[in-house]
Amino acid sequence: MTPAALSLYVHWPFCKAKCPYCDFNSHVPTDAVDDARWRAALGAELAHFAAETEGRKLVSIFFGGGTPSLMHPETVGALIADAKRYWQADDLEVTLEANPTSAEAGKFHAFAAAGVNRLSLGIQALDDKPLKFLGREHSAKEAEAAITIAKGAFPAFSFDLIYARPGQTEESWVSEMERAFQFSPPHLSLYQLSIEPGTDFYRNDIPAAAEDPAADLFQATQERAAAAGLAAYEISNHARGGAQCRHNVAIWQGGDYAGIGPGAHGRLTSGVGTDALFQVYDPGRWLADVEKTGHGTAKRRPLDSAERRQEKIMTGLRLSAGIDADLARTLPRDVVHEMIGGGFLELDGRGLRATPRGRPLLNAVLAKLLAD
Amino acid sequence: MSTDLSHIRNFSIIAHIDHGKSTLADRLIQMTGGLQSREMKEQVLDSMDIERERGITIKAQTVRLSYKARNGETYQLNLMDTPGHVDFAYEVSRSLAACEGSLLVVDATQGVEAQTLANVYLALGNNHEIITVLNKIDLPASEPDRIKAQIEEVIGLDTSDALAISAKTGVGVDNVLEALVERLPAPTGDIDAPLKALLVDSWYDPYLGVMILVRVHDGILKKGMKVRMMASGTTHQIEQVGVFTPKATKVDSLSPGEIGYITASIKTVADTDVGDTITDDRKPALVALAGFKPSVPVVFCSLFPSDANDFNDLRDSLAKLRLNDASFEFEQESSMALGLGFRCGFLGLLHLEIIQERLEREFDLDLITTAPSVAYKIQLNDGTEMELHNPADMPDPVRIAEISEPWIKATIMVPDEYLGSVLQLCTERRGEQIELTYAGTRAMAIYRLPLNEVVFDFYDRLKSISRGYASFDYEMDGFTPGDLAKVSILVNAEPVDALGFVCHRAQSEIRGRGVCERLKDLIPRQLFKIPIQAAIGGKVVARETISGMRKDVTAKCYGGDITRKKKLLEKQKKGKKRMRQFGKVEIPQSAFIAALKMGDDKKSKS
Repeated sequence: MTPAALSLYVHWPFCKAKCPYCDFNSHVPTDAVDDARWRAALGAELAHFAAETEGRKLVSIFFGGGTPSLMHPETVGALIADAKRYWQADDLEVTLEANPTSAEAGKFHAFAAAGVNRLSLGIQALDDKPLKFLGREHSAKEAEAAITIAKGAFPAFSFDLIYARPGQTEESWVSEMERAFQFSPPHLSLYQLSIEPGTDFYRNDIPAAAEDPAADLFQATQERAAAAGLAAYEISNHARGGAQCRHNVAIWQGGDYAGIGPGAHGRLTSGVGTDALFQVYDPGRWLADVEKTGHGTAKRRPLDSAERRQEKIMTGLRLSAGIDADLARTLPRDVVHEMIGGGFLELDGRGLRATPRGRPLLNAVLAKLLAD
Repeated sequence: MSTDLSHIRNFSIIAHIDHGKSTLADRLIQMTGGLQSREMKEQVLDSMDIERERGITIKAQTVRLSYKARNGETYQLNLMDTPGHVDFAYEVSRSLAACEGSLLVVDATQGVEAQTLANVYLALGNNHEIITVLNKIDLPASEPDRIKAQIEEVIGLDTSDALAISAKTGVGVDNVLEALVERLPAPTGDIDAPLKALLVDSWYDPYLGVMILVRVHDGILKKGMKVRMMASGTTHQIEQVGVFTPKATKVDSLSPGEIGYITASIKTVADTDVGDTITDDRKPALVALAGFKPSVPVVFCSLFPSDANDFNDLRDSLAKLRLNDASFEFEQESSMALGLGFRCGFLGLLHLEIIQERLEREFDLDLITTAPSVAYKIQLNDGTEMELHNPADMPDPVRIAEISEPWIKATIMVPDEYLGSVLQLCTERRGEQIELTYAGTRAMAIYRLPLNEVVFDFYDRLKSISRGYASFDYEMDGFTPGDLAKVSILVNAEPVDALGFVCHRAQSEIRGRGVCERLKDLIPRQLFKIPIQAAIGGKVVARETISGMRKDVTAKCYGGDITRKKKLLEKQKKGKKRMRQFGKVEIPQSAFIAALKMGDDKKSKS
């Protein structure tokens, strides 16, 4: 029997500036980040989880943030090397999120040399005006240059765009997408702007797109991306052929992952069931805890089978491939049939998945499916 | 010690709201020394908070004043304060029946209003001597001569001896006291005849139990006596006899012509029939006094607690209110949309509002009130007759031979410039003109109108089209068969009981559409499109559609987002408890509540 697959998430919580739409665990440090301390702490937490998951097969590492492209390439390299020592890792996807400022783009080759084989660029927009609105530190020109460098430096790359910005028409979004397709990215993440509590946009009452224009934009995105060979494989993620992000797909399908770094989440399965893990959110406190105890786990809670099943359905149905037939059979039959009748879901021998009509309505569909 | 009949005067005050009735009463009490000035608070007689706040009197109150007249003699003046609102016309008429005369108080800056008129006619009907008092003459805008002419024209009273006063400053109030002595007749009665006392009113006092307000006609009423209620046949031992000064003050006895209270260990006001005659059990009178017709609820609505857990509290509170107000009725009802509640009957819209407000204020209940409706009489094909208080109980239309609805005779007084729109409103509401007269720059229109049309939003519309200058009063005017139908509101083809209503067939489309449109705005979009229909039987008269939801999926679902999304799902599950299932769709109860609340915006103050 092949050992159960495992993924690793590494959170780097620092940014040069806090973007007004971002509600992730990111901070603009007041003092210079002590790279050596952080490298040691992340390494310690990695070792901590490695001990627990000995003998598993590691399939992916994802450096997220924050802005992990602000990390020292040696730190990244050291963690990757450690991971390869701890686990079986003969076919490893290593993704790093990066910002396309020229300073960071200058480090891309070093990251590749450190073992990163997939770069995910936070482009967000292709024009200076929306970039400024989104609080980004880079220009449109830098973005283009960064894409070109990434293409040359990494076997796989992706970039993010944010649409449904205030005042953005369907026409202008479509033409922005077409320009993005010109870079022939193997993977794209296309996110509708949502206004989250705790962000500057939220505080300043920046409106999210109304339902009807949001629906129109979503549909245009699905159609244009598919026509460009970048069909959606998840609500906001598009890929050509097999270029999907293996790390995220594994998690959405319910795979185990260890999360290290402040605020990282994890799911680890043992003989008795799956635990949900939450690392200390505040970077300073996380650092102190790891230095004291060797890990920064704030909370570890066993998930009962119903909750775990609910999670798998919730994330699995976001994938175009949907959930497998066994998992689908755990859902109330009458509701499934009602949703199929309404044209929101489709069911066949391979499993249950959302239709193009059901995908934009997935929250409501899930609320129905998981009502009891 | 009893006062000689010739030295007693019993009177009430008739006035439109804000014309100064309570201020005048306060002044009379003060000038005759009923209360020390430190005990004076405004509107002494209006004891309920709501009364004081709204400037209205709900329950009748009395006060005995001792007045030394200019002729040197001391007189006992009994003031009966009466409710000014049409909903309480019944209470007005029984208060009037206990007096020989009335003060008609008219604001000298405003003139006669519709309510004043109705109450003056009630007083004349009770053979009252009427003293006209023009109030607020201290105000620069007062026009006593013009108002006098108006009173002569509209009511037909001789105003040559009208008194001009300012209750606020006290100017001329001494003349009022003197006029009461000089111009009102003394009561009549025989102290040696068997006891006959009119049961004028009763209410529940937390310390003394049920208190009964009485007016003695013949004989004498004393503590310890065993009395018999002539209509109900019950007997009671009198525990306390007293008068209001306005404080409740014990006295030894009440003699002919006098007004006061008794207590007799009676548990609820429902055990005392207002209008009954109280007599001596050992030496009963042969013939009872002329009683009153019982008051009948004419306006109905349902009350539901916003929080289902408050149902028992609502029931207890209604029961407590009824201790003091036997004129409203309630019975339990169960609604699919709103849960358990009560169908309640009221004397009118103001009465409804007051009860609702007291429940919310005194009992701290958050209520959902359905749109008010009226009582219908239904003649079934099999010859039986039923009274319909709740549209939800409407029998199958094929079983109905005829539906009759209550009509009213409405008196509307309005400045000329708004008359056109007022007449138009009355016509729209199926009104039939009976009379139209002009007095000065004001017109008086008398209309027959279906009460149903008035409870809908008539007051509101009347107020807005006349910029608040129209005044309105009505009396019930029997039942008349009409082309009436029950309009059901269907959400996703299922009827929402709480929103159904009865109306004239000609109005069904416009009223039905109104409710459908309102619901369309209130019900959140769902996965499936939802038809909202108004229908009479199987026939749809109005239809709206809530289109299906188009997009709600969250853009990102990584790491912590999964936890957040799970929390959202949990929240939705909790919210489900407040949802009502209509076929495939779930509708938040809050949408129905909002639909009802919007219909409720028409606050009906007169």
